[in-house]
Amino acid sequence: MMEQKKRIYLDYAASTPMDERVIQIMLPYFAQIFGNSSSVHFGGQAAEAAIEQARKTIAGLINADPEEIIFTSGGTESDNLAIKGVAFARRRDKGCNHLLISPVEHPAVLQSARQLSEVFGFEIEYLPVDSFGRVDPSEVAVRLRPDTALVSVIYGNNEIGTINDIASIGNLCRAKGIPFHTDAVQAAAHLPIDVVRESIDLLSIGSHKFYGPKGVGVLYVRKGIHILPMITGGAHENNLRAGTHNTPYIVGLAEAFRLTQTELAQRSACMTLIRDMLIKGVLEKVSGAHLTGHPSERLPNHASFVFEGVDGNTLLMMLDVAGFACSSGSACKSGTPKPSEVLLAIGLSPGLALGSLRVTLGVDTSEEDIQSFLGVLPSLVEKCRSLC
Amino acid sequence: MNSLPLVAVAMSGGVDSSVAAALLLEQGYPLVGLMLRLWSEPGCEDNNRCCTPDAVAQARQVAAILGIPFYVIDSRDVFYSRIVGMFLEGHRVGITPNPCLACNQFIRWGFLLEYAKAMGASYLATGHYARLQKTSDGKIELLRGIDLEKDQSYVLSRLNQEQLSQTFLPLGNLEKKQVRAYASNIRLPVAERKDSQDLCFLGGANYRDFLKRHAPDLLQPGPILSSQGERLGTHEGLAFFTIGQRRGLGISSGKPLFVLEKDVSRNALIVGGGEELGRKELIAGQMNWISGMAPGKVFRGQVKIRYKARSVNATIFLIDHQKTRIKFDVALRDITPGQVAVIYNEDMVIGSGIIETSREAYI
Repeated sequence: MMEQKKRIYLDYAASTPMDERVIQIMLPYFAQIFGNSSSVHFGGQAAEAAIEQARKTIAGLINADPEEIIFTSGGTESDNLAIKGVAFARRRDKGCNHLLISPVEHPAVLQSARQLSEVFGFEIEYLPVDSFGRVDPSEVAVRLRPDTALVSVIYGNNEIGTINDIASIGNLCRAKGIPFHTDAVQAAAHLPIDVVRESIDLLSIGSHKFYGPKGVGVLYVRKGIHILPMITGGAHENNLRAGTHNTPYIVGLAEAFRLTQTELAQRSACMTLIRDMLIKGVLEKVSGAHLTGHPSERLPNHASFVFEGVDGNTLLMMLDVAGFACSSGSACKSGTPKPSEVLLAIGLSPGLALGSLRVTLGVDTSEEDIQSFLGVLPSLVEKCRSLC
Repeated sequence: MNSLPLVAVAMSGGVDSSVAAALLLEQGYPLVGLMLRLWSEPGCEDNNRCCTPDAVAQARQVAAILGIPFYVIDSRDVFYSRIVGMFLEGHRVGITPNPCLACNQFIRWGFLLEYAKAMGASYLATGHYARLQKTSDGKIELLRGIDLEKDQSYVLSRLNQEQLSQTFLPLGNLEKKQVRAYASNIRLPVAERKDSQDLCFLGGANYRDFLKRHAPDLLQPGPILSSQGERLGTHEGLAFFTIGQRRGLGISSGKPLFVLEKDVSRNALIVGGGEELGRKELIAGQMNWISGMAPGKVFRGQVKIRYKARSVNATIFLIDHQKTRIKFDVALRDITPGQVAVIYNEDMVIGSGIIETSREAYI
């Protein structure tokens, strides 16, 4: 087998290891409390009770009501259900055909909107973003139309870490009665969320970004917002998302989210320090390096860069061989990289966009990890340049 | 603590490179698996024999079974400019280049080796059936694989000492059936692509159609002449014919006619009967001597003029370090300019050169 050197994981925005406390709380729901939550019998009731408790926990953490929480298979499904569910309902009810989204959305939002446009004839309008990937709320205000079906703006950007002014955009949409969705899959792991204060109508969460299990997520849908279900069947989730509940995962999601949100302040403070040390170190030690995304209005665990004259995938492979797991905006395992749409949208050239690197921290990341990362990165960047 | 150097294994997903990796792992080497994403004609990406999505998935699965990291490396640009470019250029000057040998020389043991070294690897390993042997004075000898049926020393004959000294060929001492047995023993998938003579980047297309699409300037009609200079017909372009070709000449004659020669200066295709086809001599240039130098001014050896051809006894006359005249004991029917002539001394590769011309022996 391969030499077992210490591997340092710096890709927490892609996924996180599960919290041991979460694993423990899930275990009884695999083989003991395994009943179908829809069943009449006592075993079903026990599962149902656990799910409803999870729903309450999550609702409480984002200032929502439990009946506004829909369990899904993850962030991508939540985004799909929000975008398509609202678009189809608003077309049916009000004849709305206009989708207003940012160009720096996660593909789960972007491709859902594109399918609505290409197959179902909706009109997509892209909001302008600044060079940090931020949406100016006033740009939303001037684009809202009576036939706007939905506005969707990402909360914390997965590729470049930038945080949007969600409350201001939410307020504007609320004033016009237009449903506002935000993809908070990254943000929910790091920021306090209050759907009332921020006037959010729909919000997507995925559990494996905050040390919970993969394959489970939440869509918050404010009371009064109509959506068409995308998965039809039984009467689960208020008739909005059919399919037998994945009880252990739902329980795990709730516990992971509770732990994350209660430990948020201390986690963030610690990660922000290490992140800023990392950003400073990279910009100082590596020539031709640029930070992507906003320098301060960014997720506390998120650092992202582009390097001149570097192929990002090559750099990722070299970092991996050197023992560091990172990511890039053009992540590609097939050997045919394309520049990231997000990086193009913030005005980078395609060549520069191919030289991207994303380094995301987690609760286990130490200062020493970052020091040793900074120890190898400059020479690896130079090696990449020598291959170009 | 592992003190052995990191080895990069070129993986195809096939049984040979998979077993090569497994054998090195067994010897304790830390490994990374690499696969080149080569250039394909747009729209034919899925048919590129060397790196189809299936092959990538298979290699990825093997790497997972072995527990080694695996990466696909984008080499489309360098492959297109060096290999496809050379293929088109060669046809422009009337020769039939061998892209596979050039790919080994410039891409696998060029681009990929440099890439592997930048990653921290000290060696490149492949699943070729050929052997490397170190002499007492530190030179590396290239030998045929033990399994003569599978021997692939021909395709490695353009490599130099520097390249060979950074190469591992773990299968050279094995027979194919041993490799298969080893694979099934350790539960590696033993699937294999069909051995194809087609070039990977043609993606299943006919090479003549490929040339028409990518080098339409090669459509240069000219005369078809008999060896006596009699005009027999018209050809659509010399590049679309190969030496020894019989079909597709578009002329009717009492006896079967074969392409004898391509006369680039007159843009003429010279044809004749089968009895005119044999040539006993060739001139080869761009000689690559495996040891770094030729063994003598005149020496005997066995020469292969194609990958799948038999070795034929011949006398090799050194014209200079870069050029040889090779005189075969018997006439050969399909000596093709642009292809590679590889000189052996029994099992050992002495050197190789690009065939420039063939002619009747006059000595």
